[in-house]
Amino acid sequence: MNKKTEQKIAFAIFRLLGLLVAGVLFWILGFIIYNGISVISWDFLTAAPAEGMTAGGIFPAIAGTLCLVAGSVTLAFPIGVMSAVYMNEYAGGSWVVRFIRVMTNNLGSIPSIVFGLFGMTLFVNTLGFGDSILAGSCTLGLLVLPLIIRTTEESLKAIPSSFRTGSLALGASKLQTIRKVVLPMAFPNIVTGLILSIGRVSGETAPILFTVAAYFLPKLPDSLFSQVMALPYHLYVIATSGTDIEASRPIAYGTALVLIAIVLSMNLLAATLRKLK
Amino acid sequence: MKRLRRIAERLAEAALTLSGSIASLAILLIIVFLFKEGLGLFGSSAVEKGYALCVHSSNPVEQLAPQQVKQIFDRELTLWSEAGGSGGEIVTFRFDELFALYSEEELGESYELIPQRLGEVIARTPGIIAFVPEEYLPYHNREVKALPAAKISPAAFFGGREWLPTATPAPQFGVLPLIMGTVWVSLFAILIALPLGLGVAIYMSELAGARTRKLLKPTIELLAGIPSVVYGFFGLAVLAPLIRQTLRLPVGETAFAGSLILAIMALPTIITIAEDAMRRTPLAMREASLALGATPWQTIYRVIVPYASSGIMAAVVLGTGRAIGETMAVLMVTGNAAVMPHSLFQPVRTIPATIAAELGEAPAGGAHYQSLFLLGCILFIITMLISASAECIASRNPGKEI
Repeated sequence: MNKKTEQKIAFAIFRLLGLLVAGVLFWILGFIIYNGISVISWDFLTAAPAEGMTAGGIFPAIAGTLCLVAGSVTLAFPIGVMSAVYMNEYAGGSWVVRFIRVMTNNLGSIPSIVFGLFGMTLFVNTLGFGDSILAGSCTLGLLVLPLIIRTTEESLKAIPSSFRTGSLALGASKLQTIRKVVLPMAFPNIVTGLILSIGRVSGETAPILFTVAAYFLPKLPDSLFSQVMALPYHLYVIATSGTDIEASRPIAYGTALVLIAIVLSMNLLAATLRKLK
Repeated sequence: MKRLRRIAERLAEAALTLSGSIASLAILLIIVFLFKEGLGLFGSSAVEKGYALCVHSSNPVEQLAPQQVKQIFDRELTLWSEAGGSGGEIVTFRFDELFALYSEEELGESYELIPQRLGEVIARTPGIIAFVPEEYLPYHNREVKALPAAKISPAAFFGGREWLPTATPAPQFGVLPLIMGTVWVSLFAILIALPLGLGVAIYMSELAGARTRKLLKPTIELLAGIPSVVYGFFGLAVLAPLIRQTLRLPVGETAFAGSLILAIMALPTIITIAEDAMRRTPLAMREASLALGATPWQTIYRVIVPYASSGIMAAVVLGTGRAIGETMAVLMVTGNAAVMPHSLFQPVRTIPATIAAELGEAPAGGAHYQSLFLLGCILFIITMLISASAECIASRNPGKEI
């Protein structure tokens, strides 16, 4: 075969594959938006499930997911940022940093169901939190910790060291330099990491299965120790084990659409922020 | 004032150090808690908790393996000579059968006569094996011999071909069907995702114009952002029926459906890492190849792909890691039958899906519960090996980082 035709064929295949992957995304999104959009209404977003979850809304699940996002990010964000500051500003280049980095990477590669198992033994049973927002938030917080550390570290690395030395030369202490110079400069990128982790946390199911998620609980949580419903778990329940799977299909489409809207808008927001810089 | 500030600095540094150690501490705790629960399985009795097996004292059998117990009560083993005893037919006896044999009066008002009656039954049936609660065991009867409870062994766990964690009297914890299910599903997922991902990576790094790339890159990021439960729902609502209809299968929830969904989920990982690796090919190498008269396509598969091979390998390994650990999507589309897989087009069950499906029903501290933690340990070890080998592969080529 002529090498020109060979190239033409090969390149045509690659173009096709590129189209195919984009097509898959639009197929999935299109399917869920097309089926879900007619379900979405003010009532759907603000009412509790009714009639064995075949009617009504998903408000308790939305509220539950918001609680979990707030809880896990409150726990993981300060720890993650401080951890990255320590690695980048204090323990520069030593074996300690290498060790922590390897551990952080490893923590990030552990499957989410293992976090669920761990959260159940440590937070639910050993520490006695029970199935609660607190236990779920701790578990999810551990899950996103590597993400927050990594994004923060990248944004700290991007700051030229002349800013640090300049600040130190003016007589500022190390802590002052970090507080007044380094962190404010890195702030936009750190926020990007925060938004990404919100998206990640709101979509996770496996870690909350045994730590917080309730099958059906129309009332809103009143303390850190109450169970809540959560969007991803609710979708799993009504798609696989609801009282009447066929009848609750529209609700499932609606739930999937709300979930995707939350997660993807967070991702898009992060991407836009990154571009603005 | 100055001293106060110095103290503040010290405190801040201590706090930072402390947070820096949290990730490592978490890993340590995960190891401790997972393995503590999981390894407990190997000490525990192979027979349901609180129950015992007993035979007639003339029976020379000393101990039965968990699998034998199960076969006996399933009537697959019917002769004592096949089970290490002597002679005749095995007569199984479950505790509730006692209530058919004796009236309530004969068993006593508060069942205090049960041990005695049990002793009678056993004494008159030499081939019997009885499965009874420990509290009713007729200890004093000379004609009754209680079999010492067999322990669940690592060999039975890792070599067992049956996963029946709720079977009575002897639950079976053979992990092979789950391992095979995981291997089949992830292997085929990677076989689908690798050519696809590599093609797209080549397209993005070598062919696509800046504008197409700008469109395709966020597309792939979005694909990575979709929650796994949504993938599972999509597979359940669209892929599984589609597979059932086009291939005329009895059910669409098969290993194949799982592989397809996992392939889509592993694509972003593979594409991103492989593309990064190819983009790092030095310009000089491309130009040298083109100057020698090679076409761009020849340059791609003779120069760029070989140069980026370690990065591509790392991409495959990490994609596999993602596929093996994936829980919800697989749980929803693979049909969840914990049997040894024979074909791609039958329901299977993976390790993570088993944990997610069964942990809610396993009583805490029991053998079932422990076995699920042991599955978690296996998963943990596999993913640690995978991320270590990915790092190893990627570092073979200088100047690379994942």
